[in-house]
Amino acid sequence: MVNTKVTLSGIPLDNPIIPASGTFGYGYEFAELYDINMLGSFSFKGTTREARFGNPTPRIAECTGGMINSVGLQNPGIEKVIREELPKMRKVFHKPVIANISGFSVEEYAFCSEKIDKEDQVGIIEVNVSCPNVHHGGMSFGTSPEAAAEVTRAVKAVTTKPVYIKLSPNVTDIAAIAKACEEAGADGISLINTLMGMRIDLKTGKPIIANKMGGFSGSAIFPVAVRMVYQVYEAVKIPIIGMGGVSSAEDVLEMMLAGATAVQIGAANLVEPFACKNIIESLPHVMKKYGITDLNDIIGGAHK
Amino acid sequence: MKQSRFTILKNEPLTSTVYRMVLEGDTSAITKTGQFLNIKIDGLFLRRPISVCDYDDKTVTILYKVVGAGTEAMKLMAPPSQLDILTGLGNGYDTTKSGSCPLLIGGGVGVPPMYRLAKNLLAEGKTPIVILGFNTKDEAFYIEEFEHLGAKVLVATSDGSLGTKGFVTDIVSNLSDYTYFYACGPEPMLKALSDCTKTSGQLSFEERMGCGFGACMGCSCETKYGSKRICKDGPVLEKEEIIW
Repeated sequence: MVNTKVTLSGIPLDNPIIPASGTFGYGYEFAELYDINMLGSFSFKGTTREARFGNPTPRIAECTGGMINSVGLQNPGIEKVIREELPKMRKVFHKPVIANISGFSVEEYAFCSEKIDKEDQVGIIEVNVSCPNVHHGGMSFGTSPEAAAEVTRAVKAVTTKPVYIKLSPNVTDIAAIAKACEEAGADGISLINTLMGMRIDLKTGKPIIANKMGGFSGSAIFPVAVRMVYQVYEAVKIPIIGMGGVSSAEDVLEMMLAGATAVQIGAANLVEPFACKNIIESLPHVMKKYGITDLNDIIGGAHK
Repeated sequence: MKQSRFTILKNEPLTSTVYRMVLEGDTSAITKTGQFLNIKIDGLFLRRPISVCDYDDKTVTILYKVVGAGTEAMKLMAPPSQLDILTGLGNGYDTTKSGSCPLLIGGGVGVPPMYRLAKNLLAEGKTPIVILGFNTKDEAFYIEEFEHLGAKVLVATSDGSLGTKGFVTDIVSNLSDYTYFYACGPEPMLKALSDCTKTSGQLSFEERMGCGFGACMGCSCETKYGSKRICKDGPVLEKEEIIW
């Protein structure tokens, strides 16, 4: 027997596998395919104060080893998420969920986080200061240590649950930003969000994505994500949720060796709807193959 | 939705750019005409959504136009190679609203889903009129197949090399005794049909998709009844709800 249980800020997870926000909706589509209660947890679609339709289409472009998305935080708004989606989610998922919160001002982050903090279904609040697809918000809070710390402080002041700050890779020094969040009281760090990317259609000579640029994700970004998780692990003591291009149990182990306590799966869910199930089921076998009996033994193992 | 492996039974050209592929596998998730498949292609990240032309207990037929890397790769596939496919995607057409004499209008690669729809409506004892639009005679396909079903078929080509010279709308504008319409094709065609038709109808849309099953919000569009995902709440929308 191997142990796949890990703990994030006191919250026990049966395994470290967590579908990433924006790739799993509210879980309903996947709950039709398999029992999603096998997941460690899941991070539901990014939520803002107001309802948002998001960006114009096309929002999706193919890339080698990945894809670009520019959805732009489409969501029904915090009130409707609490009133309608959380009760529906409770029917298909019985473990604590991760609430992903986005905003266009420090006040909005605090407003949404304070509301969602009162929901008993929510285990962790994941504050997204890294959405590349909205203007005057999102990523602009995650590209300087001061701004990221300000959001962290504002959210921590009005919440009781663990707060994880989800960081952007589109920065010069991610370790400094992670450290600033830790000093401002963050309970953990999630990384990485998508890399800014663009594709141009040779037939039209114009960008494929209506919003021109979008977030690049998929297996192609995995080495960037591993490197950044490694760097952040050296800089902070709080737990890390690692993500970015993870698509196999081997990738999960690599991410944990770099320093992640839990691992999110993003784009893989979209092209392989059973990705998380397959990873969870193969994890014990792959652990055995590498002589790992307890996942907790390998967290940050690459640093030793 | 189901994910399963299908075996290619046939993959043959119908025109210089349109191919027919017949696949054998578990078709149980396909419940309605107008639904689509999402096909995994080796070496490409995103699956490729392709409409269902026809299906039975064991096989599904798709007609696809070679337009990019995905369909270029599909063109070269031969029996008995296998494909990983998601089936039963999308809402599909609702035949209960058709009345006795609906129009089925397909333009170019919008033609395929009309085939099974015509079959179903005929089986329900209705008398559909099929209107097919192509650029030119050499690009036309499936006209005989529709005729073999026993449907009345009218054809328009932009250059007049076959049937009426002009667009499907030139044919539709001259018809009056129809009860409903179903359409699939390029968006300008759908909009023109929405303007020139005298009845309600259902129109099937295309959009670049991330997942194809409602998870990523990559293909959302705004309708009069709120935002809808083309892949999950569509691809078929009612004429009255569309915001052009």
